[in-house]
Parts: sequence; structure tokens; C-alpha cells
Amino acid sequence: MSTSAEPAEAIGISESPHRDLATQRVIPLRHPGRWIATAVVVVLAAQFVHGLATNPFYQWGRFGYWFARPVILRGLWVTLEVTALSAVLGLVGGVVLALARLSHNPVLRTVSWVYIWLFRSVPLIVVLLILFNFSALYRTLSLGVPFGPSFFRFDENKLATELVVATIGLSLNEAAYAAEVVRGGILSVGRGQREASAALGLPRWYQFRRIVLPQALRAIVPAYVNQLIGLIKGTSLVFYVSLLDLFGQVQTMSSTYPGDVVPLLLVATAWYVILTSLVSLAQYWIERRLRAGERR
Amino acid sequence: MSTLAAAVEVRGASKWYGAHKVLDDVDLTVCPGHVTVIIGPSGAGKSTLLRAINHLEKLDAGRVTVNGVLIGVREHGTRLKELSERAILAQRAEIGFVFQDFNLFPHLTVLENVTAAPVATGRATKAEARERAVELLAQVGLAEKAEAYPGQLSGGQQQRVAIARALALRPGVVLFDEPTSALDPELVGEVLAAIRALAGGGTTLIVVTHEIGFAREAADRVVFMDAGRIVEEGPPGEVLDRPRHPRTREFLSKVL
Repeated sequence: MSTSAEPAEAIGISESPHRDLATQRVIPLRHPGRWIATAVVVVLAAQFVHGLATNPFYQWGRFGYWFARPVILRGLWVTLEVTALSAVLGLVGGVVLALARLSHNPVLRTVSWVYIWLFRSVPLIVVLLILFNFSALYRTLSLGVPFGPSFFRFDENKLATELVVATIGLSLNEAAYAAEVVRGGILSVGRGQREASAALGLPRWYQFRRIVLPQALRAIVPAYVNQLIGLIKGTSLVFYVSLLDLFGQVQTMSSTYPGDVVPLLLVATAWYVILTSLVSLAQYWIERRLRAGERR
Repeated sequence: MSTLAAAVEVRGASKWYGAHKVLDDVDLTVCPGHVTVIIGPSGAGKSTLLRAINHLEKLDAGRVTVNGVLIGVREHGTRLKELSERAILAQRAEIGFVFQDFNLFPHLTVLENVTAAPVATGRATKAEARERAVELLAQVGLAEKAEAYPGQLSGGQQQRVAIARALALRPGVVLFDEPTSALDPELVGEVLAAIRALAGGGTTLIVVTHEIGFAREAADRVVFMDAGRIVEEGPPGEVLDRPRHPRTREFLSKVL
């Protein structure tokens, strides 16, 4: 580039032997290490797949036999039921807890904080077992004024089927984690968004529902899906409160058919992988829909 | 000027941040339809005063009235009681606000940004709000951007959308908090032009800015603030060209 007023030829630009520099290609650096690493991994993976296919230990025939047995599908249905109920109840509880923790009311803030602290501290299996033994602790459950008259009474033994106990336990636990996910999402929405909503006089509910929540969801969805996948797998604990979910059925069948332990565990593995894959797929679609406004 | 006719009246406004007094007994009267420009160094309390007018900032003492209506509080005997959030939100329909950082809603289109307030507050049907929004966007030169998202616009365009959004409720008073401070220099002009186009149209404008040139051309009155107080105010020809106060002279000598 010439900064002088001389003609270009005078300083040799147009007659330069390097005039075709612009067409010279840059050869990228070679990475032979990557090829070696790839080869090693491919060989190991091939060995693993070969082992899976040919090792009689896996008994793929028995896997096929068990995969869609009615007893396994019944367990799968229970897993789906408990997961769906707990996911919805946990999320609703989580939103309420998150709003309480973000409120200006110190009592609500403290109660929410204590709840989250408590349920994040106690292992899920302990919560489930305590609930399972609840009927021994509380004979009846009544709704009314403390120390005053009660309006409704439930006989705990009739009320608490295994499904109810499992759902309550998982929901209580899930709500504590969901609360933090939701709170994090709401806090990720800038202060300016709230100020702009307030300055426009948007009603409070509208501010939350149309301005804050849609933006918060973009932070909430990935974190909550993570939570949901943990929940799907966490449901395998309900076996310990006598609920025969997917894992429970596999355990029961294993004690009846001890020779089929490995194929039965593989059946459970396959179904859990399928369920979490479906959830991940749903996450992908939801995130795509929430990306409005990011397109440029 | 008569007190009753004032569009905005601030009396004895004081506010502390901890031990620091950001507003110190401020009195300000703004006539209807006038353009008032507030200038002064950073930390002078300009933005705090502006935000107190629509109650985004609560005063520790003093009162604000807009078109004769007390903002954010009501008289209770000899004292002032804070209004409910719902009542304050309703009062803000009369006061538009334009932020330094635009604060458009990024997940809504330009049109949805402008129609949100009239529809959500029940002041207009969707169709009416839409018609008004299209009109306003044309007014700020962005008619063809109605379906775009804020992220697809330049800073200057975003701020013009924010101006249209602030006007959607037909407020009597519009407040601008350093509307060009977050913009690239070449985009400042288009935003100032959009504000200037509002002047003389009957809407009362209060603009906090560092653009002295804009103050000179567009302002009916210029207010100079420093250390939480109004040091000097008057027509731009007086305050900017023949300042009486040494602090004003010092400030202007640095920015001009």
C-alpha cells in the first residue's frame, strides 16, 4: 500500500514478481497425532463391539426375549407414571419455592430457604423410606386448624399406596432442586427488563408471564432437563418402597430367573437410554422454539 | 409560572444512598409542552431525579406531581403514604421513559414491543394498538422493521423503537435518561432527531444528556445539576452561554 503520491509503477507495485500473492494458498498444519489417536480409539471400539456381539455372557437371545415382555412394559409404565407426576408436581413446587425465595417477604424467603436446604441435604432414599413408614408415625392425616377442628380426615393406610408415596417423595425432592433451577433462570433476566416493564406500567402478572418467564426459560430448560434425566434414573429407587417400576421388575425377574441377570440389566439399560434420549430430543425442540429473537 | 399549570413539579426531593445524599432538596417545575434538558457531571443526581419522576426511584423526602397528580404516594393527614404497586403501575401510563440501554424486550418483535403496554393495560384493543404502533414506527422511520427482533437492529434503531414504545400509551410526559450515551457516535444524530421531532407537539419532554449541542437547539430550558442540587436553570442562551454560577462555567468549559 503506497502512501506517497508517486505513480504505482514508479515504486514497483504493478510489476512486482509477487503480484499473485493473493492466490497463494496457506497449507494448514498437519496433525499426525490425531490420526494415531483415532486409529487407537477405532480399534478399541471395534474390539468392544465385537465382544458385545460375540461374548455369550450377554445372552442377546434372552435380551430379545425380555425386552418387550408385558412384565417389563408394566414396570416401564410405572416408571413413566412416577416420572411424569413427579416432574410436573416438582416443577410447580419449584416455581412456588423460587418465587417465595425471591419475594420481599422475609418469612416466605426463610421458609423457602429452609425447605431447599433440608431436601437437598437428605438423601432421596431416606426421604422415600421415611414416607413409606409414615403410616406407622401418623395414623390419620387431617386437614383443619392446628389444635382446632379438622375438616377432612384421611386414613393414612388407605391413602398411601406405594405409587402415592413414591410420587410424593420424588416430588418433594425434585421441588427443592427445581426451585434453584427456576430461581437461577429468573435471576438471569436483566434488571433492565424488569425496569422497562415497570416503567411501561405492565401489570405484575403480565411482567412475569410475558417478559421475565420466556427469557428465564432459556436458562431454565437445559438445567431442568438435566434434573429431569436425574429424576428418570432416580425413580429406580422406588423399588425400595415396594413399587415395581422398570428396575423393580428387572430385580424381581432376576431373582426368579437367576441365569438372566445380565440380559435383564441390559434391558433396563436400554429402556433408560431410550427414555433419556427422548427427553434430550424434546429439549432440542423446545430450545429451538425459545430461540426467537436470537436470529440475526 | 403558575403551579397548577405545571406538567411536572418536584418539591423538596431528597434521597440518600447510605450516607451519601444523591438528591438534596431539589425543586423543579416543568411547563406543559416544554423541552427541559438536564446537564451536569456524573453523579450529580440527574438520572436519580428523572427516575424519581416516574417512581422507579423512591424519594426519602419530597414529592412529585405530574399534571397535578401526586406520583407514587397519597396524602394521609400531614404525611405521605406509598401507593400500592398496582396503583403506581397505572400512574406510569401518563409518563413515558426511555432508558440509556434501550431495554427492549429481546424475545418480542419490534411491533410486539410497541403494542405490549397498551394491550396489557387494557387501554387499547390489539387492532388499535397495532394501528398506533405502525404509525409510531413510521414516525421514527422504522416502519419496515416491525417484524424484526431487537437483536437484528443497530443501537440507534433500537433506541428509536424504545421511543416509539414509550409513546404507545400517549403519555403527557416523556423522560429520557441519557438516550444516546450507549450509542456509537455516528448513530447519535438519528436518535436526537427522533426526540427533536417530538418537541413542540404538545408532549412534555425531560432529557438527561451530555449532548450540549442538542440542549442548545432543542431545549426550552436547561437545568444544570451538581452534587444532588440544581445549581442553575434557565433558557439555553443564558445557562450555556452566560452561566452565572462558577460551577456551571467550569463544567461547560470542559465539555464544550
